[in-house]
Amino acid sequence: MESLLEIRDMSAGYDKEVILRDVNLAVQPNDFIGVIGPNGGGKTTLLKTLLGLLPPIKGEIVFNESMREGAHHHIGYLPQVNRIDKKFPITVFDVVRSGLMSRKRLIGRYSRMENEQANSLLEEMGIAGLKKKAVGELSGGQLQRVLLCRALVNRPKLLILDEPNTYVDNQFERELYERLRKLNDKMAILLVSHDVGTITSYVKTIACVNRTLHYHPSNKISTEQLAAYECPIQIISHGQIPHTVLMQHDH
Amino acid sequence: MDNLASIFHFGFFQNAFWAALMASITCGLVGTYIVSRRIVFISGGITHASFGGIGLGYFLGIDPILGALGFGVLSALGIEFFTRKADVREDSAIAMLWAFGMALGIIFVYLTPGYAPNLMSYLFGNILTVSQGNLLFMGLISLGVIAFFITFFRMILFVSFDEEFALTNNAPVRLFNMVLISLVALTIVMNIRVVGIILVMSLLTIPQAIANIFTRNFGTMMILSVIFAFIGSMAGLLLSYSFNIPSGASIIFALVILFGVLKLISVGVKRIF
Repeated sequence: MESLLEIRDMSAGYDKEVILRDVNLAVQPNDFIGVIGPNGGGKTTLLKTLLGLLPPIKGEIVFNESMREGAHHHIGYLPQVNRIDKKFPITVFDVVRSGLMSRKRLIGRYSRMENEQANSLLEEMGIAGLKKKAVGELSGGQLQRVLLCRALVNRPKLLILDEPNTYVDNQFERELYERLRKLNDKMAILLVSHDVGTITSYVKTIACVNRTLHYHPSNKISTEQLAAYECPIQIISHGQIPHTVLMQHDH
Repeated sequence: MDNLASIFHFGFFQNAFWAALMASITCGLVGTYIVSRRIVFISGGITHASFGGIGLGYFLGIDPILGALGFGVLSALGIEFFTRKADVREDSAIAMLWAFGMALGIIFVYLTPGYAPNLMSYLFGNILTVSQGNLLFMGLISLGVIAFFITFFRMILFVSFDEEFALTNNAPVRLFNMVLISLVALTIVMNIRVVGIILVMSLLTIPQAIANIFTRNFGTMMILSVIFAFIGSMAGLLLSYSFNIPSGASIIFALVILFGVLKLISVGVKRIF
């Protein structure tokens, strides 16, 4: 199997309510997939099944061998930043190092090499000076960077980002997308976003999630196509977005 | 001052000293977990549910603390289980358990023929009447708590800070939640003897609030909480002895004063610099 993982005929949801039906998706090692769709359409459900937080009701997710080697996890995960309790007494360094926990045994300390890994990542992200700060002292963009370090410190093969463009300023957003583009050389990226306009210019392919999943193997997508995918709700609710999408499609 | 120094020679005071030390250590460690994880309300529910066990102890003629231990641990695991599995609002479930435990306790105490001795000491605590047997019980729980928090410190921090992320990393989140909530229950029950049911929650939260003035690091917060809890307990103990007032109330009084003074100083210092 060449793809990192394949979702096969999967249905997923909670208790009695099926949210996603008959989803099929293969993630290649160098993919950069933008996941778009209306709220309540199943973007979060898709993420949860990929992360192993929610078992599928029907169908399966098959990981290839490289995703299963070793005892540790090969998926890096950046949750929505507002899910983090900013009052929690924890330092930036401890947050970043915690990304290594799936490699660790139950007890013991972080090794010198692991500490260096965390340090160099903080350096690379330009936030080495924040190392000893508590998460509560950070701005939204800084916390986002810290969480990105936590997701990357384990050197994942697949990076999953949940709405990384909320609660951050425009400059950070651009910086983030440029960084993701570089990271894409080393790993597959799956980016969930409500902001269709911005992400289409960075991602390689688009997955439209609305109760089911429509895969669009390029980043050029028109409003008509979105409508055909029954994925139009976000476009209509955000006035400026249809123009952006059409423009990129035209040239 | 001679007077105060001389009380250290009394056996009851030596017991009280060790009880205060163990209360400070357990409340410092477990309380930091409770406050960081925002499960103060859950812990309050466990505390009051254990009063049902105290009543049952009187009714059956066994040590009320044993009854409290059973009710405490069962209600802790019950809350942990029901808020996940059953479709019940967490706060409503806890409030119900809170009141149900108290109601059961009152019913049992009233059904017990004759007078219920020491009932007040369970409600308000009395560190000056802690016995050798109590100390042994407290010592065992303290050792368990210390050993667990030192051994699994990193995993506790990992699971508490971002449970969902820990789950995606295949961490044993459920197991740790169960063990930790049980340790919360054990700590609460063992400290009922010291400050009483009504005040035990403050011993699990005020030292942490004081520590939070100085640090936002999980480990440092634990150590500072232990220190402040001990200062507060000893000050309260001396107050209690000097003015002949209940020890639980005087310990909490000392802790709140300590918090107020240090908070004012820290605000003042920040203003100046």
